[in-house]
Amino acid sequence: MGRVVIDVMPKPEILDPQGKAVVGALPRLGFDLFTGVRQGKRFELEVPGEVTPEVLEQARRAAETLLSNPVIEDVVSVRDASAAEVGA
Amino acid sequence: MSEGTRVGVVTFPGSLDDGDARRAVKLAGAEPVVLWHADADLRGVDAVVLPGGFSYGDYLRCGAIARFAPVMGEVVRAAGAGMPVLGICNGFQVLCESHLLPGALVRNDHQRFLCKDQRLRVESSATAWTSAFAPGQEITIPLKNGEGGFVADEATLDRLEGEGRVVFRYLEGNPNGSLRDIAGISNERGNVVGLMPHPEHAVEELFGPGLDGLGLFASVLSAGLRAVSA
Repeated sequence: MGRVVIDVMPKPEILDPQGKAVVGALPRLGFDLFTGVRQGKRFELEVPGEVTPEVLEQARRAAETLLSNPVIEDVVSVRDASAAEVGA
Repeated sequence: MSEGTRVGVVTFPGSLDDGDARRAVKLAGAEPVVLWHADADLRGVDAVVLPGGFSYGDYLRCGAIARFAPVMGEVVRAAGAGMPVLGICNGFQVLCESHLLPGALVRNDHQRFLCKDQRLRVESSATAWTSAFAPGQEITIPLKNGEGGFVADEATLDRLEGEGRVVFRYLEGNPNGSLRDIAGISNERGNVVGLMPHPEHAVEELFGPGLDGLGLFASVLSAGLRAVSA
C-alpha cells in the first residue's frame, strides 16, 4: 500500500488565530523558547499500489482544488511517504 | 414577478437555519421551496437561499465540502444565468468556496464564537437582495458565527470597493476581524450576495431585534428575475 502526504499551511499574511492561541499557551507550561506558532493541516492519502508519478500528480490536483483554499492557504508539500512517517 | 415567486432553500447535512429561511421567504410574500443537497435539481425556483449552519460539520473548511454537493452544480449554473442567490453565514462560506464570490471566511480574530445583534450599513442597494433598502440605510440583524472573518488580497478588496460590491459593512466595532469591516459582498452582476449576519432571524416582531431582515427577502420579489428562465 502506498501513501501520499500533503501539508497545507495558512498563508503567511493570513492571521492564524489557532497558532496565536497555541503560542500563548506554550509559556504557561514552561515552553518559553518559542515566539511564534502557525498551525496547518496534514493529509494522508492511501493508494492500493505504489505511488506512481500519476498518483502524485492527482494528489497535487486534489491538494489544490479540494484540500486547500488558495485564497487563505498554501500547499507546501506533496510527497510519497509510503516507506516512513506514517501518522496513523 | 412578485406573484408566486418561488424561492428555494437548500438543506445540506448540518444546515441549521433552513427552516427559518423558508419562514422568512414566506413572511416576505414568496413561496418557499425545499431543495435537497443531493438532488441536482432546483425545482424551477426563481431564486435560491443557501442557509446558515455547519454543512458537513465544517470539516476540512467551512463550506468546502458543500461546494461539491450535487445541487451546487445547478446553483452555480443558475447564478451564471442571473438567478438571484443569497448565502447567509455558512451559505456565504459555500459561495466563496464555490468561487461565486471572491475571498474567504476565516476564524474570528478573537477566537470565540459570537452571537449578538449586529448593526450594519447597507452600502449598496444595487443588488437583487438589497433593492428594498435605501443606500446607506442602517439595519440591525443577528450575527452568530465562529468563522466570520472576511479576508481577500488587497487587489480584490480594492476591486470590491471600487465596483460597489461591498454590500454590508459592520458598524459600531468590527466583531470578527473582517478586512475593511466587510459583512457582505456581491458578484459583479449583483445577483449573488453573501453575508455573515442572519437576516432570516429578524423577520418577526418578538423574535430577534426587529424586522430589518425582511428587506432582503422582499428585495428578491421585485428583483429583475428576467434572466431566470435561462
